[in-house]
Amino acid sequence: VSALRALAALAAVVVALVVQVSVFPAFAWQGVTPNLCLLVVVAAALARGPQFAMLLGFAAGVLLDLAPPADHVAGRWALALVVVGLVAGRVRQDLRPTATAVVATVAASSFVGTSVYALSGLLLGDLHADVPGLLEVIGVSLVWDVLLTPLVLPLVLGMFDRLEPSRVTA
Amino acid sequence: MSLTHDRPTDRPTIGSFEPVRGGDRPAPRGSLPRPRSERRWRRGVRRTGARFDQPDRRSVRSLLVALVLACATLVTLDYHGGPDSPLEPARQAMGSIFGPVEDATARVVRPLTEVPGWFRTQDSLRHRITALESENARLRGQVATAGPDRNRLAEYDGLTRTARENGLALVPSRVVAMGPAQSFSRTVTIDAGTAAGVRPDMTVVNDDGLVGRVLRTTRTTATVLLILDGNSVVGARLGDSLEAGYLRGRGVIGNDGRLDLELVDDTVVPARGDVVVTWGSEDGAPYVAGVPVGQVTQVFANLRDQTQRAVIRPYVDFSALDVVGVVVPSGTRSDRAVIEADGSLQ
Repeated sequence: VSALRALAALAAVVVALVVQVSVFPAFAWQGVTPNLCLLVVVAAALARGPQFAMLLGFAAGVLLDLAPPADHVAGRWALALVVVGLVAGRVRQDLRPTATAVVATVAASSFVGTSVYALSGLLLGDLHADVPGLLEVIGVSLVWDVLLTPLVLPLVLGMFDRLEPSRVTA
Repeated sequence: MSLTHDRPTDRPTIGSFEPVRGGDRPAPRGSLPRPRSERRWRRGVRRTGARFDQPDRRSVRSLLVALVLACATLVTLDYHGGPDSPLEPARQAMGSIFGPVEDATARVVRPLTEVPGWFRTQDSLRHRITALESENARLRGQVATAGPDRNRLAEYDGLTRTARENGLALVPSRVVAMGPAQSFSRTVTIDAGTAAGVRPDMTVVNDDGLVGRVLRTTRTTATVLLILDGNSVVGARLGDSLEAGYLRGRGVIGNDGRLDLELVDDTVVPARGDVVVTWGSEDGAPYVAGVPVGQVTQVFANLRDQTQRAVIRPYVDFSALDVVGVVVPSGTRSDRAVIEADGSLQ
């Protein structure tokens, strides 16, 4: 079951990545698209806790760093999504979280994730952007992620639940 | 983060695992038991995965440390490696896996992704007609006042352009993936790779002007760095005065995507509306000469060091990038029809 779960999570990340780069740019606002990979990691954290989410976040981040058309220093999205897994895993409780809690978790994770990514770029000199533009991108992507939450999170949470239905009683 | 403070009742349930575990294993927190417990934990992950359910703080922390170190290793390897980074083979491999997938996905959803385009055109159609009508009238006036000199100049111009374009051809391709703005780098994937004759450091154009250059290729796809990217520098010259300079991207895409032009000669003041074309380099890599890039919209003078900085609005609409052409040497073997300089297909 564990291997199956890991495979399913990886498959979800791969689908999220492809949709994110190939479908969403057509609907992007100023080039900012919803960060589907981040949403999958948050869902993993809510369903399975911080450790699983951090591992999945690392895998998703490495994919984001290496799959085309990425061209930044590798490891930056990996770091950002590991932190997202940790942050989102902290709010995990044994009962199913309420809708407000899920939305708030996504908002916090989106802010933290994009910020960690941007800050790492600033530190490495890999990023040439002014701070207002940076904050705008972080804000817009937060709005996108929250908007997509009701569409994506139930789907991914449902997938994790089906792989492990006994969780509810814990 | 504030969520954890909202529910003070949650914390004890998580924290209460620690004393229980401590009772299980009375070993002191010395230097020796630590690695053993980590090894055991790792085995737990592989075999059962049951530990995922228990928010055990210590293992969360050690996993966090391990993963952050892994990220730091990746960053260090890639950052100091530069163009021949040890991760470049991994990028190639990922490209050859994800490139075709992105290509197929883009093909499947293309009818869907073109939907916003309809609304955009519907919305701006009237404005565009007005703008085009006024531009037409202005151009007609110019033609009427132009003397024979100007016509002769145009002929010369056409002649030189043909000469310059001789030996070049275009490989047509479509954009199949675009990096999100959250990644702060402006790159796209196109569906032409080495099989189509595309190599790194080739110029990419579309019918409006310069798009960017090829960074890396796989067999069927290529990654293109757009000129708007913050790391992109293009040698360019002003169309009117032929003054040379450097164009830098700002990393902003969309309607307010702009480029900054710094001229080599500080004393030259670019005029508003001046056309900027590429300067070109030896063998046309990474940019061939004479491709139109954009128009000067604003000029800033820096009084302190007496330099001029011009803001360029690119001709290409980067938010709606679709069909592009890669400039290849004439006679390149390709898996698709190559457009030669005289317009013939090969």
